Amino acid sequence: MKIHEYQAKELFRNANIPVPKGKAAFSADEACSVAEELGSYPVVIKAQIHAGGRGKGGGVKLAETLEEVRSAASHILNMNLVTPQTGPEGKLVRKLLVEEGLNIARELYLSILPDRATANIIIMASQAGGMDIEEVAAETPEKIVRVAVNPLVGIQPYHCREVAFGLDLGPEVTKLFYSMLTNLYRLFVSQDCSLVEINPLVVTAENSIIALDAKIDIDSNGLYRHKDLLELRDTDEEDLLEVEASSYNLNYINLSGNVGNMVNGAGLAMATMDIIKKAGAEPANFLDVGGGANAEMVENGFRIILADENVKAILINIFGGILRCDVLAEGVVQAAQKTGITVPVVIRMEGTNVEEGRKILAASGLDLITAVDLKDAANKIAEIVKE
Amino acid sequence: MSIFIDKVTRLLVQGITGKEGQFHTRQCITYGTNVVAGVTPGKGGQAMNDVPVFNTVRAAVKKTGANCSMIFVPPAFAADAIMEAVDADIELIVCITEGVPVMDMLRVKNFLASKSSRLIGPNCPGIITPGQCKVGIMPGPIHLPGSIGVVSRSGTLTYEVVDQLTKKGLGQSTCIGIGGDPVNGTDFIDCLAAFEDDPATKGIVMIGEIGGAAEEEACSFIARNVTKPVVGFVAGLTAPPGRRMGHAGAIVSGGSGTAQAKIDAMRQADVHVCADLGNLGEFCSHVFSGIND
Repeated sequence: MKIHEYQAKELFRNANIPVPKGKAAFSADEACSVAEELGSYPVVIKAQIHAGGRGKGGGVKLAETLEEVRSAASHILNMNLVTPQTGPEGKLVRKLLVEEGLNIARELYLSILPDRATANIIIMASQAGGMDIEEVAAETPEKIVRVAVNPLVGIQPYHCREVAFGLDLGPEVTKLFYSMLTNLYRLFVSQDCSLVEINPLVVTAENSIIALDAKIDIDSNGLYRHKDLLELRDTDEEDLLEVEASSYNLNYINLSGNVGNMVNGAGLAMATMDIIKKAGAEPANFLDVGGGANAEMVENGFRIILADENVKAILINIFGGILRCDVLAEGVVQAAQKTGITVPVVIRMEGTNVEEGRKILAASGLDLITAVDLKDAANKIAEIVKE
Repeated sequence: MSIFIDKVTRLLVQGITGKEGQFHTRQCITYGTNVVAGVTPGKGGQAMNDVPVFNTVRAAVKKTGANCSMIFVPPAFAADAIMEAVDADIELIVCITEGVPVMDMLRVKNFLASKSSRLIGPNCPGIITPGQCKVGIMPGPIHLPGSIGVVSRSGTLTYEVVDQLTKKGLGQSTCIGIGGDPVNGTDFIDCLAAFEDDPATKGIVMIGEIGGAAEEEACSFIARNVTKPVVGFVAGLTAPPGRRMGHAGAIVSGGSGTAQAKIDAMRQADVHVCADLGNLGEFCSHVFSGIND
């Protein structure tokens, strides 16, 4: 789960990780009153969306007067912000963060994330703050400091030393950095984060160290033990259909193609999308109905796929194991009768009780196209889309 | 022969009295698995389908000599269940549970490093040696005893592959789903090494998907250590970057973990890459011609 910068900074503040003074604002008026509260200029007005690269798209502005705050806030709010991470369609800005400006002496990069292969927690840092870390890794990998922490042991002073010396922090800043990094590590672990990233982390002219930006991703599987974090979810930042699907416990991702698909199991669902592409069409979605799908879930899946206007055909691909094909077929028939099918539907079923399932589909009187195997399904989808 | 499980495997089920636990335990028994014990704290002394239930894994092992465990407990208790099995010296632990927090798995994996137990999963369909032993939720009847080893990060995609193999008469030595989570126990390399050492395995099918670098690492292992023919397939060529595709570990992030990079690594390691899932059975027939008894 992604959260906004202003929410991440609130978590930082509570964990004693220094952040600039500031507050979220939802209108130009609110932005002005935050600026007045801050009491000094410049102030920074930052668009709050779930994507990085906001500065490049014009979503971050500096203001020297109250009037400039108002004009910057009005300009950014409700703008469609396009950044390298939003895709060409951009994202509507609904929230702002208004913060004090700082006297920046150095910009650094700092992040914490789990390493899949070694099961360690990795601290990554670089002196090239403000730059995309992947770019730094590709061009000047020697500039990246990488320290692995065994999660059973936790962060130790020598881990902090390795990072601090790697960043060439002066003695005064180093001391502050140790406590900041230790607190950041503890926050990462205690809140089930899958990523904490500060880019840039700044050293100010006054020799303090402050998180100028803050990005936190939370492991969704850990949310059951963080009810407070659950409230930080912003469904405005998500696709409407995806929000609806998640309320039905369906694993759905909206894509830009024209062939909808419904599959049981994530791996098979991805492979089915690939098959659609190979057949010369584009997948309109990813939809995994899971191993325990029932008639109601299939019906909801149908409704969500059909709500996408781009969908010209639907491919249902089910490998019945625990989910029996006859149960699925009944679900499809029910769903089709209730929601009304407006586009051609190709069904490919295999596995437990497949013959019974095919009989139910054939007897339903519905205009469903049955495929005998994956190759057949792909060919039939290709034919439909060509027309 | 086979890898990790066979006829003499003595299975214990953690979470045997839950709905899923009961259903799949019965399926395993029907397949012929020797289920010797179940564990549900507080239900010790009861029985499920004549399988004695114990309060703790240690008590169950002491009484029944179980050497393999299948875990069905909810995600919040999964790490605890795995570590309980490890401390009771269970040799092979298969965790089916989906939704275990990564932070829990980081601790579990480091705990495992100093122990001799092997973990498969979590978030996996389990492992089956056709005709001998099934420890998992896969449909038994699609499998056929034979000499192809199958290893995969997925569930139903593996069933699809196995089904196509069986229909072409290509039986399987052992099929393992290592799970779709970012941090898991047994990985591709562990399975590839075991298949290479197993005289009953003559060929290997490896099914990968987007996210992480496990396939790439497996390919460098194959290039150096695997002499048996390997067929590879990777799901997720059309997956958009930055999105989790159902499996917690299936995500392309910052240009790494793409399907294309994995396919390229396979080609470099002389893995026979099947580009079309619809043709996988036929493709395998061709690659493995002459090796299946």
